[in-house]
Amino acid sequence: MLSFLVKRILATVPVLLIVAVLVFLLLRLTPGDPATIIAGDAASPENVAKIRENLGLSKPLLVQFGIWFGNLMAGDLGESYFFKMKVSTLIGQRIEPTLALSFCTIVIAVLVAVPLGVIAAWKQGGWLDRALMGFSVMGFSVPVFVLGYLLIWLVSLKLALLPVQGYQRIADGFGPFIRHLILPSITLSVIYIALIARVTRAAVQDVLSEDYIRTARAKGLPEVRVLVGHALANAAVPILTVIGIGIALLIGGVVVTESVYGIPGLGRLTVDAVLARDFPTIQGVILFFSFVYVLINLLVDLSYLVFDPRIRY
Amino acid sequence: MGAVLEIRNLAIALPRGGDRAQAVAGVDLTVERGEIVCLVGESGSGKSVIAHAVMGLSPKELKAVAGEILLEGEDILRASPERLRELRCVRMSMIFQEPMTALNPVMRCGDQIDEVLAMHTALGAAERRERVRRVIEEVHLPDPERMMASYPHQLSGGQRQRIMIAMALIMNPVLLIADEPTTALDVTTQAQILKLIRELQQNHGTGVLFITHDFGVVAEIADRVAVLRLGTLVEMRAKADLLARPQHEYTRMLIGSVPGIEPKRQGGGETAPLVLKAAGLSKVYRSGGFLSARRAVHAAEDVSFEIRRGQTLGIVGESGSGKSTVARCIARLIDPSAGSVSLGSDEIATVSARALRPLRRRVQIVFQDPYRSLNPRRTVGEAIIEGPLNYGMGRAQALARARSLMETVRLDPDALDRYPHQFSGGQRQRICIARALALEPELLIADEAVSALDVSVQAQVLRLFDEIRERMNLAMLFITHDLRVAAQVCDHVAVMSRGRVVEYGATREVFGAPRHEYTRALFAAAPGRGYTFGSPS
Repeated sequence: MLSFLVKRILATVPVLLIVAVLVFLLLRLTPGDPATIIAGDAASPENVAKIRENLGLSKPLLVQFGIWFGNLMAGDLGESYFFKMKVSTLIGQRIEPTLALSFCTIVIAVLVAVPLGVIAAWKQGGWLDRALMGFSVMGFSVPVFVLGYLLIWLVSLKLALLPVQGYQRIADGFGPFIRHLILPSITLSVIYIALIARVTRAAVQDVLSEDYIRTARAKGLPEVRVLVGHALANAAVPILTVIGIGIALLIGGVVVTESVYGIPGLGRLTVDAVLARDFPTIQGVILFFSFVYVLINLLVDLSYLVFDPRIRY
Repeated sequence: MGAVLEIRNLAIALPRGGDRAQAVAGVDLTVERGEIVCLVGESGSGKSVIAHAVMGLSPKELKAVAGEILLEGEDILRASPERLRELRCVRMSMIFQEPMTALNPVMRCGDQIDEVLAMHTALGAAERRERVRRVIEEVHLPDPERMMASYPHQLSGGQRQRIMIAMALIMNPVLLIADEPTTALDVTTQAQILKLIRELQQNHGTGVLFITHDFGVVAEIADRVAVLRLGTLVEMRAKADLLARPQHEYTRMLIGSVPGIEPKRQGGGETAPLVLKAAGLSKVYRSGGFLSARRAVHAAEDVSFEIRRGQTLGIVGESGSGKSTVARCIARLIDPSAGSVSLGSDEIATVSARALRPLRRRVQIVFQDPYRSLNPRRTVGEAIIEGPLNYGMGRAQALARARSLMETVRLDPDALDRYPHQFSGGQRQRICIARALALEPELLIADEAVSALDVSVQAQVLRLFDEIRERMNLAMLFITHDLRVAAQVCDHVAVMSRGRVVEYGATREVFGAPRHEYTRALFAAAPGRGYTFGSPS
């Protein structure tokens, strides 16, 4: 168990290294010069050259990489060209909205999808099962921004139930905080509901044909106990896996959702940084995301231990 | 009247497209208090259908269309789902064939038993715990506290079946339905479980409906026997009477098909040329390594034997004894860790993969499960000729050989272009034999090749094996867990336990006077040894 943990944590090092190199190189290969953007449209060539010199962009690529990587090893993600502050501070400032949005999204998705999936598996071929499967096809195919603007139009503009856009820090009161989060979370969770419900349905359906389900019924247990206590508990591993993948994919999803709802989170930061060719910020955010991704995978693997006593690392 | 279960004129419909209109029809059956009634039949006879109907666990497609099932006078067929739930595990309980899969793998055994009490009683947690502990003691499991805290995968098959029995009997039901509860267990474990069921049933006066296909088990445990054939009861009488004087022709055929435990073959042929010689054969599985402790499992250790042309050697042992490992090493499906296997004058244990190819033809295997050892998407003809084609035979010639082999295994040669699902289990096993023979092997390995078959079919396939060996002058390696089967076909037997051969000799000698303690335990556990089955008729 301990050796598994050590091995897994050691394994994250090469993954992050490869990500660091790739991010650095890819950014340098894409067209667009940060110095020109910072200098503005009317800047003179000398001015641009000066900015470029200041940012260290005139040095050879390998040297640039060496400096950045050296700082990285020392725990320094560098300083943003555009926001003029440390990238780590920037990430710290923007993380709360993203965490709040991701958390709400995944909670909504799990709370809705798992029961739906279980019921669909139980009443396989029934109207609810078919409705759910229809819904999940839709959930997969409607783009996030379409659904987002549709919900804003309906709930905020027509019904005036919730704020249109923006974000309130949790420190400024829980009521406004949650009111601002509901629509974005619902928007974002639709695709995960579709995904998790489908996987839950398939996993529970498999388990329902097992002998121990017959044993549970032969004990005289009511169906709810059979479904939740016996079927769902045994279907946990594939469901957890897909929830883990879902959380990881969310990172991509928040970029669009934060833009639609004007939430100042990491997604928005990424978009702004890309538009400004703000290399240190982009590199920092992507590295951070990769780290979170690896961490979530590790947590999912560890959670198997809790749900399936047969698994030993 | 002490009848706990009374089935009257029961008929259950089969869904459209079944092999008959009704799964069971016109079945009358009673189980008295404190009595064990064995319901015997081959696969597809409808015995499990009846058992599930009594518990109200039948799938929707299998609807009772006539008759009644009275549990202490109350009609199960007309009971509401809620009422059925109240009765289950309280008045009637069921234990199943596969203890390996019948328990929830992610729930502690103690909790699984506790669930029954929590559902059906108003006892507090401490009282329930005490009751669970007592029932675990009652089924003679050691260390109840540890058993309660264990997950099913930490227990052996026999222990799991004891947990199932504890769970079924904790509420002291009047009726226990046992659906082939020992079929998946080794003989020594089977003997213990049968004894346990007998003991508990007598202590509590439980009525038992015991479903089995095995007349050995019937002889051990039944008070009365009901014989079911294609959904109808053909005969129902007291055990001794039925076994000694079966009235119905079908019952006589079934009892006659049970292989006797007296060795049939004389041995001999000691001067025939040696086909296979295994010496010091071992297989070790290693796991672990980097950062975790190394473990080595000795699946087979220092196994030596020889087989001459025209002879059959049986390897007998319980599950985990290493008998299949040996078979796989001989066929080089897995690589032995040490020792030598010589086929005629060629060594096959160590040769390279390339040099092995021409040798493969000379050793062929027939596996246990005929339902899974044929590719469902290939016609049986394709399956049979694949081997010869691989070794360069022309298609026309291979097909001609396949036709003649179909006749050898008593199947219609015109059936070559059919698919496996169109054949029964016994027929499929014949096809597997034909496929093995198509390469004209010198050694034929049968790995539990008749274990999955009904007795009547088993008897036919055993006869076929014997015939083929004689006609083709083959050497045969016959792997089995069943002493009766070994007695029918083997000239020599090697008894294996925990990877080692503990006794090896002529079948007559080993069966007549077993020397090793383990062999004696195996014989003592063989069900129904007091009865002579398969008497020549």
